[in-house]
Amino acid sequence: MAHTAAIHTEKPSKWSGGSSPFKVEYGKLMMWFFLLSDSFTFGALLISYGTTRFATIGWPDPNVAFNKFPGISANAPLAFVSLMTFILIISSVTMVLAVQAGKEMNKKDVVRYLILTIIGGLIFLGCQAWEWTHLFHEGAWWGANPFANSNGTQSTQNFTNFFFTITGFHGFHVFSGVCINVIMLIMTLCNKFEQRGHYLMIEKAGLYWHFVDLVWVFVFTCFYLV
Amino acid sequence: MSNLEQLESGGHTHAHAFDSKKVKREIWRITLYLSILTVVELILGFIMMPWPEDSLKRHLVKGLVMALMLWKAFYIIGYFMHLRHEVRNMIMVISIPSILFVWFIAAFLGDGQSYKDLRARMDPYHVEHAQLPMEFPAEEGHEGHETPEVHKMEAPAATPAPAAAGTDTSKKAE
Repeated sequence: MAHTAAIHTEKPSKWSGGSSPFKVEYGKLMMWFFLLSDSFTFGALLISYGTTRFATIGWPDPNVAFNKFPGISANAPLAFVSLMTFILIISSVTMVLAVQAGKEMNKKDVVRYLILTIIGGLIFLGCQAWEWTHLFHEGAWWGANPFANSNGTQSTQNFTNFFFTITGFHGFHVFSGVCINVIMLIMTLCNKFEQRGHYLMIEKAGLYWHFVDLVWVFVFTCFYLV
Repeated sequence: MSNLEQLESGGHTHAHAFDSKKVKREIWRITLYLSILTVVELILGFIMMPWPEDSLKRHLVKGLVMALMLWKAFYIIGYFMHLRHEVRNMIMVISIPSILFVWFIAAFLGDGQSYKDLRARMDPYHVEHAQLPMEFPAEEGHEGHETPEVHKMEAPAATPAPAAAGTDTSKKAE
């Protein structure tokens, strides 16, 4: 008994109170938990897409379905979607720079990088709007698939149903991310964070924005590349 | 008192501010890695484009692209979302539930594969359907595509056509 007591005095548990066991504040921990649950939602959507694709004989070739670039009439597979990917990666970088500027209490840089992040998000949404419009005019929509299987046989509507549902759900996340970033920008401009003495709220918004980028990495690979 | 302050700010001290240069260098390094990985993915995508859909080499390259995707995810979560620099407790709380995904993916993709092998390839409906060539209707806008397709999808099935398909057929007859 004396032995265990000695251990306790030498090495106090992280859970015995008086310290933060995760070393993150409450809001950030809850944001992580939310993102974990959100990743299961996206995971469920992407895995049901994968399951359906595995269970179906024949599937349309994404390089044929998504082969247009605005302003270019030639066949350009992967080009537009890689542009969208780079836009999202760059806006993620500007967000991480905004978070870093927040840690340094540098209001000017926070504002600058937040504006760049918002612009990146808006460009991405614009690209997605163009792509959806283009596909709609090709005859693709929920319940309508004009693209044949890669061997020329008749395809099912699952291809377009999953595409529009999942990219739509992701686009909705981008949209809410842009809204959150705009709120962060307004709060920064109103000196809210200067008064609080820290910019931790920017970090939480940053986590959400990076998650949106993370999901796009998966959507991009699962729908356009393979 | 200082302990309480630490709790409120989540253990963030302003020591970060001093190695700001180092942090920024790390951010740009990760950006470079992410860009390189994306470019490699795209190159692989272009390489496998002309290969036949069911060939082994195409499946291998697809597996490689999936591995690169997970590598990118690691950089985003670890560095941009800062998880690598959190305490061990925090890393475990996020990463251990994520391991459920391995089971999640394996179970469902295996289920899909066995549906194809044991059911779809045996069922006359799926077998016939997989051999029908896709007909491209004349370019007449969005509405034109929809009707014939719904009609055709129902045609090979021996079961009585649902009411929706029936109306489509009658519309087409007109």
